[in-house]
Amino acid sequence: MAELTYRDAVARGIAQEMARDPDVVFLGEDVAKAGGVFKATVGLYEQFGPLRVRDTPISEQAILGAAMGAAMTGLKPIAEIMFSDFFAVCFDYIANEFPKSRYMTNGQTKCPLVVRTGNGAGSRFGAQHSQSVENWCMMIPGLKVVAPSSPVDVIGLLAAAVRDPDPVIFLEHKSLYGTKGEVPDGEILDKLGTAKILRPGRDATIIALALMVPRALAAAERLAAEHGIDCEVIDVRSLVPLDTQTILGSVAKTHRCFSVEENPRLCGWGAEIMSIIADEAFYDLDGPLVRITTPHIPLPAADILEDAILPTVDRIVERVRRTLKA
Amino acid sequence: MSKKPIPAAALNDDIGEETRLELYRSQVNIREAEQRAFDLFLQNLVKGTSHLSLGQEAVAAGFAVAMKKGDLSFCTYRGHAHTLARGVPVEQVLGELMQRDNGLMRGKGGSMHLTSEEHGVMGSYAIIGAHLPIACGAAWRAQYKGHSDVTTCFFGDGTTNIGAFHEALNFAAVWKLPVIFVCENNLYMEYTPIRDVTAVEHPAADRASAYGLERIVIDGNDADVVYRTAMTAYEKARAGKGPSLIECMTYRHSGHSRADPAKYRPEGELERWKERDPIKIYRERLKQFGIGDDAVAKIDADIKRIVDEATEACKAAPNPPMDILTTDVYADGGWAWRN
Repeated sequence: MAELTYRDAVARGIAQEMARDPDVVFLGEDVAKAGGVFKATVGLYEQFGPLRVRDTPISEQAILGAAMGAAMTGLKPIAEIMFSDFFAVCFDYIANEFPKSRYMTNGQTKCPLVVRTGNGAGSRFGAQHSQSVENWCMMIPGLKVVAPSSPVDVIGLLAAAVRDPDPVIFLEHKSLYGTKGEVPDGEILDKLGTAKILRPGRDATIIALALMVPRALAAAERLAAEHGIDCEVIDVRSLVPLDTQTILGSVAKTHRCFSVEENPRLCGWGAEIMSIIADEAFYDLDGPLVRITTPHIPLPAADILEDAILPTVDRIVERVRRTLKA
Repeated sequence: MSKKPIPAAALNDDIGEETRLELYRSQVNIREAEQRAFDLFLQNLVKGTSHLSLGQEAVAAGFAVAMKKGDLSFCTYRGHAHTLARGVPVEQVLGELMQRDNGLMRGKGGSMHLTSEEHGVMGSYAIIGAHLPIACGAAWRAQYKGHSDVTTCFFGDGTTNIGAFHEALNFAAVWKLPVIFVCENNLYMEYTPIRDVTAVEHPAADRASAYGLERIVIDGNDADVVYRTAMTAYEKARAGKGPSLIECMTYRHSGHSRADPAKYRPEGELERWKERDPIKIYRERLKQFGIGDDAVAKIDADIKRIVDEATEACKAAPNPPMDILTTDVYADGGWAWRN
């Protein structure tokens, strides 16, 4: 057991899979010699060499297209798109090519690849380097979408993504890179499509993803200490496949559900989950389903403005308290 | 283009009778199947859209005959020709165009997505430019694994103005990938002449120097010329000397897609190109090399019979069953996105 940063967990996860399988290759902008702009891939180039860890030009379409062609023909590529906002310049592969080729070809074409990307706000980078785009990915049939919140989940879910036979979008949160967590020694392999109950509770369920998970946990502690409200916190982890059973099971127990979402409000991931709860667990509910989200505006750069619009611990506490006491 | 005497190089007998008959057969197969697809469209039996390669047969045949088993090809939505040229049966191609259960993908892909991985046909791509980077990836796998196969990527002149074209060429050149990019310049991007929207005369070849590649423009209606150019490029790629970009001058006899009567073409242009019909050119070529009319007639009759039989089989084939609606969304064969 060792303490590891989320950043170092990325490199460890990739290294674990590259050491295991010589067909795993890694490409992206500045990922090899420079070790990545977030320093999340330091050491891989030295360990696995220039044939397996490759710097590319600033050509996001070439990166994802090449990953797909390699995946179709026998490799297991991990491709990095530096900022998830750049999905917009290579979205053809994410929306049209990776997820539809198997279906269109009646099962002939395989696409076992992982796209890793830096997602989310908190770095004061403004509206084009800070977005949470998990909802862009969740809406596309054929993709799998994962967003870990802790170092151990980074390694285990990354390993599961690399070994998965489908295209997986792996969203790393930029504001979590510096956070630390305990990580066991040896191989770590998790399972896609599994949510995790991080804090059991009786009075309300809070579902969260990525950076919103530590905030939901902090809010739950304060709600318990200051307001006597005992919240169950679920880290959704995997948007596709979606572990609805864990969520529905929790709601059946607490009769309340709140989502904490960093993506802008319209069509955020929580809306889909809340609609499932409304469809399938309506009579379990004692109150409204409440979504706590970033408002439907582009993200500002200034720290004071950016901090004001993401869901905060204060906002979560206030919203849960007000709804339950109403 | 005026009728030109056959260039001396084309009269070189380096190709041989067997290969020449193969080139002829492949072109006639594409011509007959495409013509049949058009006829079936007029009878409302080909559904959706379709993009024919009538007039462009020599490019598909010339490259496919030069390929080795195990070589991979990627093409666009104008991909029937490239699919047939790799040996995919006419029935499976027409079946997919007619959206029947005997189609190559049982009707799940349609005319624009013909794929037969067992024949090395790694897909037909309907988003302009998308498959050039994908072809790079297939070639990267060959390079990484030490495999000897070469990847060929076909596209139209219109593709040369999209970003993915430029990203892929640079990427392939920098990584020295065993991939051949083949531009079929049929003079029109869709309805608009390519020269009206492109800064250079030759939309592919004139960009080659930007990526350190040789400028290659060839007569895409002469299967011998195409075949020889392909062989040279494959040899270079297999020797680890990197990609090639080849611009083939050709012309489509029909419109862009089935809905297009191609009225935007100047008077007489089609007729001039029809004098340079690749199949007409190749029949003359066979004659020049002393290949008898009997051999040609036998191929013509053979192909006609195959296309007729395929047509009847497709007409008799059932529609796809409803139980394939939700198969193969994910690798487990199903479509489950939740538990």
